Amino acid sequence: MTEDRKQSSLMDDGLDDAELDWHLLKSWETPRGIWKVIATVDHKIIARRYIVTAFVFLILGGMLAVAMRIQLARPEARILDPDRYNQIFTMHGSTMMFLFAVPVMQAMALYLVPLMVGTRNIAFPRLNAFSYWIILAGGLLLWISFALDAAPDIGWFAYVPLSGPEYGSGKRADIWAQMITFTELSALAVAVEIVVTVFKQRAPGMSLDRIPLLVWSMLVMAFIVIMAMPAIVFASSTLILDRLVETQFYNPAAGGDALLWQHLFWFFGHPEVYIIFLPAAGMVSTIVATFSRRAIFGYLPLVMAFIATGILAFGLWVHHMFVVGLPRLGESFFTASSMAIAVPAGIQIFCWLATLWLGRPVFATPLLFVIGFIVTFVIGGLTGVMVASVPFDTQVHDTYFVVAHFHYVLVGGAVFPLLGAIYYWFPKMTGRMMSERLGRWAFGLIFVGFNLTFFPMHILGLLGMPRRVYTYQPDLPWGGLNLFISLSALLLVSGFLVFLIDVLVAWRSGEPAGPNPWKAATLEWATSSPPPAYNFRRIPVVDARDPLWRYPEELAVTAGLRVDRRELIVSSVVEALPEARESSPRDSIWPFWAAIATSIMLIGSIFTPWAVVWGSIPIAVTLVGWFWPKGTAEDIS
Amino acid sequence: MKERAVLDVSKLPLHGLSTASPTWWGTCAFMLIEGSGFALAIAVYFYLMSLAPNWPIDTPPPDLFAGTMLTLLLLASIVPNMLVSRWAKARALAKVRVGLIVMALLQAAPLALRIFEFPAMHVSWDENAYGSIVWTLLGLHTAHVITDLIDTLVLTCLMFTRYGDNTRRYGDVEDNCLYWNFVIVVWLPLYVCIYWVPRL
Repeated sequence: MTEDRKQSSLMDDGLDDAELDWHLLKSWETPRGIWKVIATVDHKIIARRYIVTAFVFLILGGMLAVAMRIQLARPEARILDPDRYNQIFTMHGSTMMFLFAVPVMQAMALYLVPLMVGTRNIAFPRLNAFSYWIILAGGLLLWISFALDAAPDIGWFAYVPLSGPEYGSGKRADIWAQMITFTELSALAVAVEIVVTVFKQRAPGMSLDRIPLLVWSMLVMAFIVIMAMPAIVFASSTLILDRLVETQFYNPAAGGDALLWQHLFWFFGHPEVYIIFLPAAGMVSTIVATFSRRAIFGYLPLVMAFIATGILAFGLWVHHMFVVGLPRLGESFFTASSMAIAVPAGIQIFCWLATLWLGRPVFATPLLFVIGFIVTFVIGGLTGVMVASVPFDTQVHDTYFVVAHFHYVLVGGAVFPLLGAIYYWFPKMTGRMMSERLGRWAFGLIFVGFNLTFFPMHILGLLGMPRRVYTYQPDLPWGGLNLFISLSALLLVSGFLVFLIDVLVAWRSGEPAGPNPWKAATLEWATSSPPPAYNFRRIPVVDARDPLWRYPEELAVTAGLRVDRRELIVSSVVEALPEARESSPRDSIWPFWAAIATSIMLIGSIFTPWAVVWGSIPIAVTLVGWFWPKGTAEDIS
Repeated sequence: MKERAVLDVSKLPLHGLSTASPTWWGTCAFMLIEGSGFALAIAVYFYLMSLAPNWPIDTPPPDLFAGTMLTLLLLASIVPNMLVSRWAKARALAKVRVGLIVMALLQAAPLALRIFEFPAMHVSWDENAYGSIVWTLLGLHTAHVITDLIDTLVLTCLMFTRYGDNTRRYGDVEDNCLYWNFVIVVWLPLYVCIYWVPRL
């Protein structure tokens, strides 16, 4: 470090604002040109890519849902054959969970967390670029196989023996398993970035009790990803091994066990729900506080509830397996733990309602989506408590009651807050406002369409209609409700269309937003909209939980960072005391090549185990290229 | 918004070590991911064992020699590993260079012993679930040994270039030592599972 002091380096303290902006832009900006754009490591650009990609997958997954609703609208319909129908419901679930819900929530974190903690880029920005190319490759693998009529047809949870070597012929199950590897690799990478950004890159003074709630929720989500996703990677890898090299993990005839798959899958699968829900809870907490015009009620209980949810999430998985015949005592334990998670959920709902009650709520579109969330999520939570009871679950297992329940929890619990969050942060991301009028229409259509579509499914389930059937006979009492549901689905789709039109129109020609259109309190609103490549001209210093409400006119900042290289502040975990002026990596094309090499290896291993051996060599080469120092100013220490 | 400078950070170091370094935390996070994976694999081992009428399934317990030698070798490598880490902290370039070469050899040696561990199981991966899980445990750990060996080799080369004498590189060396300790520590429960649990 001493050598560096001797070198002349350009610092920010002697420069006026315009000069400073110019120098920072020179250091941080992504230059024009296709290869430069591929090489970028700007967290905002990558997060935007992630969000757009995830919404494309939402549209694709939604079109599959529409196809299923058309098929089910009347009995004995012949629009989809059974095989295509199997592929479609598998693709719908897999796309929505692995290619939409998890990536979109992580993408919101990728965009917002660095801004909200007041830093200039995410930790490990090249890993971030890598993670995007990887999930894109996984999505393409799944959807190209669907286009070739070779998509998985085994449900989004791919139970053995249906997905095993005996019944799952062809490469369909392998494609599902490797798509899992792609998406989980990407999710794990992003989780590590989020954890390290939150731990080490917070603005000076942002001690643990001043972290914005959205950031807390993303941190807990990242830890759940880290602890839960290895289970599904282990599961999908052993499934491929069973299919490719004849290991016997899931073969009862050779000491294996089919239920082992369900344990592994749900040990991941249930925390997965909270991986999706907790970020949504963070979004709700943020939106509620901003539009109630007061600090959130119960900051500490909310943080504790997030953490408690994260821990309890790992004690629930067996409630997906109540009908497989487990010991009675085990079932009772998991009933109790499933009901226990309603406690932190209840605390959260209480705090949000209390904030609204004590504040002066402004019912703008983001808050409308939050209200819609509270209503639908409470209904989904109540049916959740119902299916936590073994006798009731035994009755409705694998019926449309469960389909209704989890759409209330996932769409109500995650998509509503997400849409609210898009309306809320779109001005920050693009510099333009979305339309309040179209927003109200979108909310109304989606809220009414959603409830009319999914509420009747509870009744269908109680009437005994099973999930995953491609058609039903006319003499069964399900025809009327199914037609009603299919027509309601069109209402829901029209709501999403209004939303998409709103996004596109606003992106092109929305009203200019200004830095802080909602008069919100957190740091992302302290910079321009959209933020410059370097996020903040000077890194903020924080001494309050709601810095922009406490000091609306003036931002306390640091001085003394270099501007001729990418530099940011690393701070201590608890109190956020500054520890170092750390450099942040430059753009690099290597993560892209590493992702290509990894994709070739993973896809090759669907066909031959030797792909793992030979495919690892190019991966190692690209990783060396990635990490080998290039002699830039960022390498000086 | 008006800005008011309240904190001068120009005197801060340009790179922190251990807990002040994001890379250190990243390494820890990856160890947590992989540690979860190992814990899960061990859970699967016991799950399959609980289902089997006898364990190991239709085979004698594994031969102890290769696995025990490997365990002793791994444990012995902790000493030079910690020395390298200490030298890196002290920025002793010459010692770090020699130490890394020694560590590369000490990480390659277990791979030679590992070749004898697979046949010592007396079962193929495709015979039964017992064979599948012990081969998977061994394979998973071998992948970690190979990964760290490659990391050490690349770092060794790097330390002999002009980029070597840099706080950032010394931090990398320390993180690499940390990771090798992790590879050793996760082996211990695997060793007990693979070699001693079948003898209970």
